Amino acid sequence: MSKTSTNIMRQGEEQRITLTLNGRERSGHCEPRELLSDFIRHELGATGTHVGCEHGVCGACTVHIDGVAARSCLMLAVQVEGRRVDTVEGLAPDQTLGDLQQAFQRNHALQCGFCTAGILMSCADYLQRVPDPSESQVREMLSGHLCRCTGYTPIVAAVLDVAARRNHRTESREPAHA
Amino acid sequence: MKPAPFDYLRAMTTQDALDALAQTGEDARVLAGGQSLMAVLNMRFAQPRVLVDISRTDELNSVRVDNEAGLLVVSAAATQGSVEWRKSLHDEVPLLAMAFPHISHFQIRNRGTVCGSIAHADPSAELPLVLAALGGDVMLRSKKKKRVLAAKDFFQGMLMTAREPDELVEAVRFPLKNPGERYGFTEFSARHGDFAMVACAAVVTNDSIRIAIGGVADRPVVERWPFLRGDELRSALNDLSWKLGAQDDAHVSAKYRRHLVRQLGWRVIEEAT
Repeated sequence: MSKTSTNIMRQGEEQRITLTLNGRERSGHCEPRELLSDFIRHELGATGTHVGCEHGVCGACTVHIDGVAARSCLMLAVQVEGRRVDTVEGLAPDQTLGDLQQAFQRNHALQCGFCTAGILMSCADYLQRVPDPSESQVREMLSGHLCRCTGYTPIVAAVLDVAARRNHRTESREPAHA
Repeated sequence: MKPAPFDYLRAMTTQDALDALAQTGEDARVLAGGQSLMAVLNMRFAQPRVLVDISRTDELNSVRVDNEAGLLVVSAAATQGSVEWRKSLHDEVPLLAMAFPHISHFQIRNRGTVCGSIAHADPSAELPLVLAALGGDVMLRSKKKKRVLAAKDFFQGMLMTAREPDELVEAVRFPLKNPGERYGFTEFSARHGDFAMVACAAVVTNDSIRIAIGGVADRPVVERWPFLRGDELRSALNDLSWKLGAQDDAHVSAKYRRHLVRQLGWRVIEEAT
């Protein structure tokens, strides 16, 4: 039997997947076709990650794969074998909100909250790369998310607010306009 | 929605992937970043029997400059983000640096691959347009042979390319910045990150204009003109807007697409002049 055929996981067959979820090693079973978003929620029970459109448009299911923001509905669970996955639960490890979440609370950056988990994960990655973004940079980054409640303005304000505080300023770099 | 069942192979080496494609051919799809393919699978527009996952094939994950050949070589598993965040990209391939912010969203570019977008060949996609505008090429490899195709020979229609079922797009090659050339890129879409209604790239020298249009015909179309200005340029852009065969669709009329070709065409050439 060739090496290739032994590595094939057949449809309908379940395999154990082991990953690091929010710093803890976890494992569960999945078929080849199981989406990462479903695996995180149903198999691992981490329901903070929400599932919206399931084709990569709405951004609700955004998580970090090895520290990088990505849609969990556009990945298969089998693809994260041995990798580090972080979800919104990891932003508040001791049941205390992180500074990004506190900024969202202060700025009323959520209403129903359905989109929030994904937006927080995008912001967490983006602010690592661009620690002091302009308003237009924040808006461009948020274009990968749909929010039907807020009109985005308070979300932009929250991101600028947390960036300012992390950069030891009391004022945001610029006010967020509608 | 969820994908229909399939067999899954994680290719650890290029050879694994080529073996699998040789065995399964048309029944297989290559999964790289999955930012187009997974959506297509979730909506069940495609139901391949086998997925060959190259996203963790280390030997396919490279981005390198070949100074001798004057090319930026991007391998199959390299993400768009890994090219976009190169500090030197503006000096290497300025047109790519201009196009990246228009490609979907940062979260998608983090996983989507350059080669995957080229292989998908969406007529409104930015990367095929940039590759065509610059006259880049595509390196194809099967178990039996390797070949290199110019962009104009690779793109054959809407979501159609010259890739054979047993071939892998192993890498794509973008010509490096030419000191005599200036570049422009712009597009129009309903919202930032949406599919472009019209996308436009230009390469301008002191005595020539190359303009490439995406989102109108079934593939990126490249036109070469001497250096034109004023009414001559307006006239050439108008002729081009008709030549592309714009169609009415659910989003926008053919007339409006022709309008965008004339306006965006003028704008990118100005930007590059």
